[in-house]
Amino acid sequence: MSTTTVESKHSAALDAAETGDAHLITVTLRVRRFNPEVSDQVVWVDYEMQMDPKERVLDALHKIKWELDGTLTFRRSCAHGICGSDAMRINGRNRLACKTLLKDINPEKPITVEPIKGLTVLKDLVVDMEPFFQAFRDVMPFLVTKGNEPTRERLQSAEDRARFDDTTKCILCAACTSSCPVFWNDGQYFGPAAIVNAHRFIFDSRDEAGEQRLEILNDRDGVWRCRTTFNCTDACPRGIEVTKAIQEVKRALLTRRF
Amino acid sequence: MQIHKYDTVIVGAGGAGMRAAIEATKRSRTAVLTKLYPTRSHTGAAQGGMAAALANVEEDNWEWHTFDTIKGGDYLVDQDAAEILAKEAIDAVLDLEKMGLPFNRTPEGRIDQRRFGGHTRNHGEAAVRRSCYAADRTGHMILQTLYQNCVKEGVEFFNEFYVLDLLLAEVDGVKRTAGVVAYELATGEIHVFQAKAVIFASGGNGKFYKVTSNAHTLTGDGQAAAWRRGLPLEDMEFFQFHPTGIWRMGILLTEGARGEGGILRNKDGERFMERYAPVMKDLASRDVVSRAIYTEIREGRGCGPEGDHVYLDLTHLPPEQLDAKLPDITEFARTYLGIEPYTDPVPIQPTAHYAMGGIPTNVQGEVLTDNTTVVPGLYAAGEVACVSVHGANRLGTNSLLDINVFGRRSGIAAAEYAATHDFVELPENPDSLVVELVERMRDANGGERVTDIRKALQETMDANAMVFRTEQTLKQAVSDIAALKVRYKSISVQDKGKRYNTDLLEAVELGNLLDLAEVLAVSALARKESRGGHYREDYPTRDDVNFMRHTMAYREVGEDGEESIRLDYKPVVQTRYQPMERKY
Repeated sequence: MSTTTVESKHSAALDAAETGDAHLITVTLRVRRFNPEVSDQVVWVDYEMQMDPKERVLDALHKIKWELDGTLTFRRSCAHGICGSDAMRINGRNRLACKTLLKDINPEKPITVEPIKGLTVLKDLVVDMEPFFQAFRDVMPFLVTKGNEPTRERLQSAEDRARFDDTTKCILCAACTSSCPVFWNDGQYFGPAAIVNAHRFIFDSRDEAGEQRLEILNDRDGVWRCRTTFNCTDACPRGIEVTKAIQEVKRALLTRRF
Repeated sequence: MQIHKYDTVIVGAGGAGMRAAIEATKRSRTAVLTKLYPTRSHTGAAQGGMAAALANVEEDNWEWHTFDTIKGGDYLVDQDAAEILAKEAIDAVLDLEKMGLPFNRTPEGRIDQRRFGGHTRNHGEAAVRRSCYAADRTGHMILQTLYQNCVKEGVEFFNEFYVLDLLLAEVDGVKRTAGVVAYELATGEIHVFQAKAVIFASGGNGKFYKVTSNAHTLTGDGQAAAWRRGLPLEDMEFFQFHPTGIWRMGILLTEGARGEGGILRNKDGERFMERYAPVMKDLASRDVVSRAIYTEIREGRGCGPEGDHVYLDLTHLPPEQLDAKLPDITEFARTYLGIEPYTDPVPIQPTAHYAMGGIPTNVQGEVLTDNTTVVPGLYAAGEVACVSVHGANRLGTNSLLDINVFGRRSGIAAAEYAATHDFVELPENPDSLVVELVERMRDANGGERVTDIRKALQETMDANAMVFRTEQTLKQAVSDIAALKVRYKSISVQDKGKRYNTDLLEAVELGNLLDLAEVLAVSALARKESRGGHYREDYPTRDDVNFMRHTMAYREVGEDGEESIRLDYKPVVQTRYQPMERKY
């Protein structure tokens, strides 16, 4: 039996990744606290702690909750950027707490953490997600087909599948919608995430309800409210080109071709 | 206390719960209770694919898939159930495609398929392309597609409703399902849901390990609720360790990476799996690969300054292939390790991944109260359940399959049951157990912190009940857990409020984990053999004479109120496959 062996290549990055416990640094999290059960006042509280800079902001929040103050409240689940629970405003920018490493956001200054904007804050970092999901449900976010079902799968070319690949990555975390100045000022606006999910079906070659979805988005609270500020694209933790998707929907509305 | 009345109540909104909900909503008035928002469920973290012998890219059939599932499970699989799983897999994938799931496509426009661990052509000859996939976010796409179709069907969700108790009532000497009790996270209010049929689809319980791919929320709430109400748990000693978690963090890197050609290497750069599994190599079943990795580490061939991990090498694969087929996991390596997988190998170690055991059910999803008796109106599907299609070790891509096949089956069966049966009268004070639990937790002022006990639990489980086990380590785990359960009685939570009290719920979740860890350790101690994911260094071979049987653990409460665990066993259903030595 032959055994294949290769020289292992070691970059500086790999060496750094394999170093055990890094030196701990002092980190301050400045968290916006609000609990209407206790007070209607918002307070900013600083928490100082020793952290490995390779840890996530979520790890720092857990350290506060588990060791310093059990009342701090936030949503989280998977802790690696796929469930979409922990979108929050970190140093003024929408990010997932579980996908943001302390070393990547200058831990030398206090790190501000506050809830995403434009949705009602219920407690600390927890916001009311219902209006966000309602906008999602309003764009018919499901495949609509007519005629008889085939016995096997519907055929779709790799090119047709690629046409809407980007927008299938959405995890409904609301980082995009809650970074949009139009949404902050007018909660009736569908917002980027709902349009992304409409895009995912409008450009799916198997779908037959594109016209209906376009009409929904042609509404006064629809795509035309977008002012192309690119905040949404910057905010998306999945790297979706959100603004581009919105522009494609606008173009489809003008040309009725998709 | 609010009381709601539904024909069918589904607990959990991951893949199994939502697949069940799509069926149940069409047939009965259905409510789905979930402690998260539906799209937050951990089905979304599954990456590599869903197995089905579509034969779109090469010859394949469901009989080969059945055999692989049984062999993969080290012959502890109930063979009738495995046959259903493999047969119905084909329609399960086609149904998802028709619901809109964007599978990757072949040049002909068909659903593309790739290789995965333990899936072979003609009973082990060579790896076969059986995994239907959508890049490396197949679970994400399944979760999204099922949620989209729940929206389409108008499924009624109660989001952030945490089910803490199962209501059973004795009618004419038979234990029947009456409903569930839930705690509303937003308000702290308690809700009783009276139901004709209840389906548990609440997922796994991996959070009692430290290095795990499981979400923080995977705390075995369904298993523990059933356990507290005297229902048995089956095969809890069988827990899967996925070979490739990110070193120390446990974040999953799909087996699809090896399906696409990735190779495991030790510190000498050697492709060590050639020594352990000459035919399947890196694509041997997960238990085999995880043991091989730890053997390399123990024998001094691990990587890094402390020699405590190995490498997943993707550097020989073209960057275009990684971008097209494995975009998420390569991104994880960049984000969490700061390395570039185009050019650097990725440090990995096995990570606690999947509970093969759970609430025992038959192939309709009906929950069993002993080896043969069903609890009328009670169902379970997905990781919370034990059918058993996974036996002692689950094959990769068979869990996304399991949730679709048995989610659908239980959804139909529960709704049909609800259509032909009446409500069972609620017991007196149906919320009493939950009220007592919540108030005790909220008012407790002991000196113990949740975080300390949870950490100690995770440390003893990692040290004593992981890939390699012995009588000594398992006894250590049992005694550690017993001591932690004593400490748990004097915990306190800091948040005394009603609104979004996640502090309180973490304390409840820890109680669930302690109960289930104890069942695992006690079941593992009694199984004096090695089979699949359960490896005893003091009993290194499979013992079909004494242990070709499922473990059934029961919670017993003595007259003095003392709790104990009683073990019994259930025969394995064998149809056409005789046990053979397992080689890959």
